[in-house]
Amino acid sequence: MNMPPNTPLNKPSIYDLIIVGAGPAGLTASIYASRYKLTNLVIGKQLGGELVLAHKIENFPGFESVPGPELVQKMGNQVEKLGAKIIYEEVGKIEMGVFKDSTTEFESVFQPASPAGGSRAQDSSQECGKNLSNSLSRPHIFKVYLVGGEWYLARAVIVATGSERRRLGVPGEEELIGRGVSYCTTCDAPFYREKLVGVVGGSDAAVTGAIHAAEFAKRIYLIYRGEQLRAEPIWIEELKKLIEKEKVIVIYKINVKEVLKKSQITNHKSQANGLGDVVGGIRLDNLFNGGDVLELDGLFIEIGGVPGTSLVKPLGVDLIDSGHVRVTDFMATNVVGLFCAGDMVDHSLVMQQAITAMAQGAIAASSAYKYLKGNQAPRILGV
Amino acid sequence: MAVINLNQSDFEAEVLKAEMPVLVDFYAQWCGPCKMAAPVLDKLSEEFAPKVKIVKIDVDQSRDLAQKYQIMSIPTIVAFKNGQEVARKVGFPGEAGYKAMLEEYIK
Repeated sequence: MNMPPNTPLNKPSIYDLIIVGAGPAGLTASIYASRYKLTNLVIGKQLGGELVLAHKIENFPGFESVPGPELVQKMGNQVEKLGAKIIYEEVGKIEMGVFKDSTTEFESVFQPASPAGGSRAQDSSQECGKNLSNSLSRPHIFKVYLVGGEWYLARAVIVATGSERRRLGVPGEEELIGRGVSYCTTCDAPFYREKLVGVVGGSDAAVTGAIHAAEFAKRIYLIYRGEQLRAEPIWIEELKKLIEKEKVIVIYKINVKEVLKKSQITNHKSQANGLGDVVGGIRLDNLFNGGDVLELDGLFIEIGGVPGTSLVKPLGVDLIDSGHVRVTDFMATNVVGLFCAGDMVDHSLVMQQAITAMAQGAIAASSAYKYLKGNQAPRILGV
Repeated sequence: MAVINLNQSDFEAEVLKAEMPVLVDFYAQWCGPCKMAAPVLDKLSEEFAPKVKIVKIDVDQSRDLAQKYQIMSIPTIVAFKNGQEVARKVGFPGEAGYKAMLEEYIK
């Protein structure tokens, strides 16, 4: 078979496996795939995905305490050392198709549903996806497009696109992103030296975020809609020390209704340099200290993520009610040759940790091997 | 043209008084996404020279500048034309995202 036109030199015309997503699940999948001698390519916007945002990781065996970016870099190096390439780009679309008889012309046998098509279009695409896997006489291939239009071909695909940060969805939030509203305490806490900072959420991310921000800020308000924080007990213990020092104040059973600009709080334009307004506080749905407005200089929103399934939805993958991809214990989706792993799959509802995502990535690679070679992945025997 | 590291003292001459459009990358050593953005900006700096100059500012070294331009999230890229801010992007949007911004910007 001739090389498809877009194939880079010295690269296979069709990869065994393309892995979309360069987070812990995707990188692990690549490490396993390379060792199974599958030609594989990793495409992801950001090396390490969400893990790069963790300021300190202390539950990753082998590393007593390691910054996210450092751990991620090591994973990336290992992937490349084993021979796989990582492309730091966003994937825009995945198509399934076959080559027309005796040619290298790709024929899409499945038109992805239009994103604007609404739920009806999605339903019909799911039908289409199911039929496709049964009706093709030849094994189909996947065409993975970068946002820029460049594409790569593979016989199997693992999608591990994690999750996108969940937004509060309240007035003022969107407009003030980067101007006091942030979704990453690790990145932005140092900008709030001696300032008043709010952290929204009650999970590990929110509590560790509050602890990290407390290294810089004057005071942290941890704003949580529930009655009891859900973070690991070890983090709660550390938080308690900060609460005793009055560095952190936890406000329970309360929601943010609106993010307010400084001009709305102080009734005058705070910035005379024409650069626009910044966060000045938040409006709460309940009273705190006798008022419903809390003055703040910054607001960190750490309320988890929504599964990033926009690439696989048009292929007709089954999703569960929460929006996560339904996978088997072998990380297979209902679409033949398409595997998913990490924060986007239903198995991650139990735990969303790097180490569990990595286990899923390893399983997905083994399943892809089995699918491609028609037998089990080689057994790795203990020494 | 590689991305030049600037500080407070050369900001005016290199950015505000520059004849060509300048893209300023506000970053810090401890910021993971900034580390991902750096090689991409180096590459784009070569690609878009001599139409656009790309420079970077370490926000820990140049705190006054970061404050002046209300940098509260990093990486933040601010585009300047004739000494005026004309666009900004918060977060690391990937190579395609930066490219789109640059193409829009040099029109």
